[in-house]
Amino acid sequence: MTYDTVLLARTQETPAEQPAAQPVLEVQNLTKCFEMHHLNKRLLAFEGVSFRLFRGQFLLLIGRNGAGKSTLLRTLYRSYRPRGGHIWLNTAEGRIDLARAADVDIALLRRREIGFVTQFLNPRPRVTAEDIVAEPLRLAGRSKEESLAEARRWLEEFGVKRALWAAYPSTFSGGEQQKVNLARALILPQRLLMLDEPTASLDVETRRALVRRLAALKKAGVAMIGVFHHRADIAELVDSELDLTTKEVHDVAE
Amino acid sequence: MSALRELIPLDPPRLMKAAPILRMEGITRRFGKVVALQDVSATVYPGEVLGIVGESGSGKSTLLRLMNLEDTPDGGDYRLGIPEAEGNLFELGRYERRMLRSRRIGIVYQNPHLGLLMRNSSSGNVAERLLIAGERRFAELRARAEDALSASEFPLERMDAPPIELSGGMQQRVQLAKAIALEPALLLLDEPTTGLDVSVQALVLDTLKRLQRDRAITMVLVSHDLGVIRTMADRVMVMRRGHVVEEGLADQIFQDPQHEYTQALVHAKL
Repeated sequence: MTYDTVLLARTQETPAEQPAAQPVLEVQNLTKCFEMHHLNKRLLAFEGVSFRLFRGQFLLLIGRNGAGKSTLLRTLYRSYRPRGGHIWLNTAEGRIDLARAADVDIALLRRREIGFVTQFLNPRPRVTAEDIVAEPLRLAGRSKEESLAEARRWLEEFGVKRALWAAYPSTFSGGEQQKVNLARALILPQRLLMLDEPTASLDVETRRALVRRLAALKKAGVAMIGVFHHRADIAELVDSELDLTTKEVHDVAE
Repeated sequence: MSALRELIPLDPPRLMKAAPILRMEGITRRFGKVVALQDVSATVYPGEVLGIVGESGSGKSTLLRLMNLEDTPDGGDYRLGIPEAEGNLFELGRYERRMLRSRRIGIVYQNPHLGLLMRNSSSGNVAERLLIAGERRFAELRARAEDALSASEFPLERMDAPPIELSGGMQQRVQLAKAIALEPALLLLDEPTTGLDVSVQALVLDTLKRLQRDRAITMVLVSHDLGVIRTMADRVMVMRRGHVVEEGLADQIFQDPQHEYTQALVHAKL
């Protein structure tokens, strides 16, 4: 993987006195609130959240409903604008604060380094399932043929029926759409992967395929942070937990 | 108002190494006493789709006309990041502007009558662009018009029909073919799907998406339809009464709008 080679190159360049393992993500004192003008109200989603995430580490977000788990993921992805704090990402081109990075830089990072999996696919009119899945590879500069072949492999892996590969997902059932969505989101290993309840609405088989893929990505060094309704689904992958109610991180024993 | 001021200010681009294709700064345009645009700035990078939303009278179409060098502002600077366009483009003479416009900027208007000669053949409308650029060989003109029309997903068996005999969706495809015939550095879209049936609208949007994906054409899309902007745009600029009230990544504008006006706009849509 390209970022692996980059990481490797950087590790070799790193002077001996510097710590070898830099976190992929370092969140400092992050705060998010929503200004609701029509109600003349300000809603605090979370404040003072800090944690570090390393290469190949899987961090599970826990906490009550409304503790801000999904909101935190969307803030890290910059779908939400944070109110305060820092989101340091160690990229191929140095350390970048996602809380302050220009919009065009965020757009580039979303292509190259940050992945986000949600429960929902945003199907576009007249784009086939295989094209949707192949798109991240094409954007990364792979050939059309190679991208499509790879896309079909993942559609197969996630159990999308062959007859649907060249069809438009806007007419698919929720479950089938979600499979396409997963194949697209996980086809390209990125440095940081965020997961917002990706197992919701999945059958047992697909859930297993998803966990297999996540385990492989983790092994390849992808750092992951996610919210899962059914913890049992991914229990074997979790290294540590961040409780948003108490804002404490603890390691999970093997 | 306070919400925007309390936001963490963003840094200038660092990872984006390409220079902007389009840069406008401090654009002001008055019509008599009416201020259509007040100190508006915009930047577009190669391959991006910038969406501009706002209600009627917000100044979005005036801004697009300025981008197309059809009009001159009362003040402001406009640069295109292409070798043949140097300095502030508003200082260019009429002839130079026209050449730049026809060679490097494509535009699709909401009203096809503005962009097409309705009684000439569709292929002729597209070829006109190529003629202006100096192409004189008939076979070449026809072949390139055909390319542009098929890239716009126009049915080639109808390429000699005049636009007046075509449906609205097809007329927009002819405009699009004309706009991309010379592979423009910048494609401007002024409400390109407004007034079309929802199904036709989806087809035209899909054609645009496809063009954007296959050719990485830089686009500026003006629409009051938030659905259209949401489908197409990477970044969004929200305009009101001649001002840019908010600017951001498309998903952020729709999921976490900051300005009071943007919130009202997004909530009205849902």
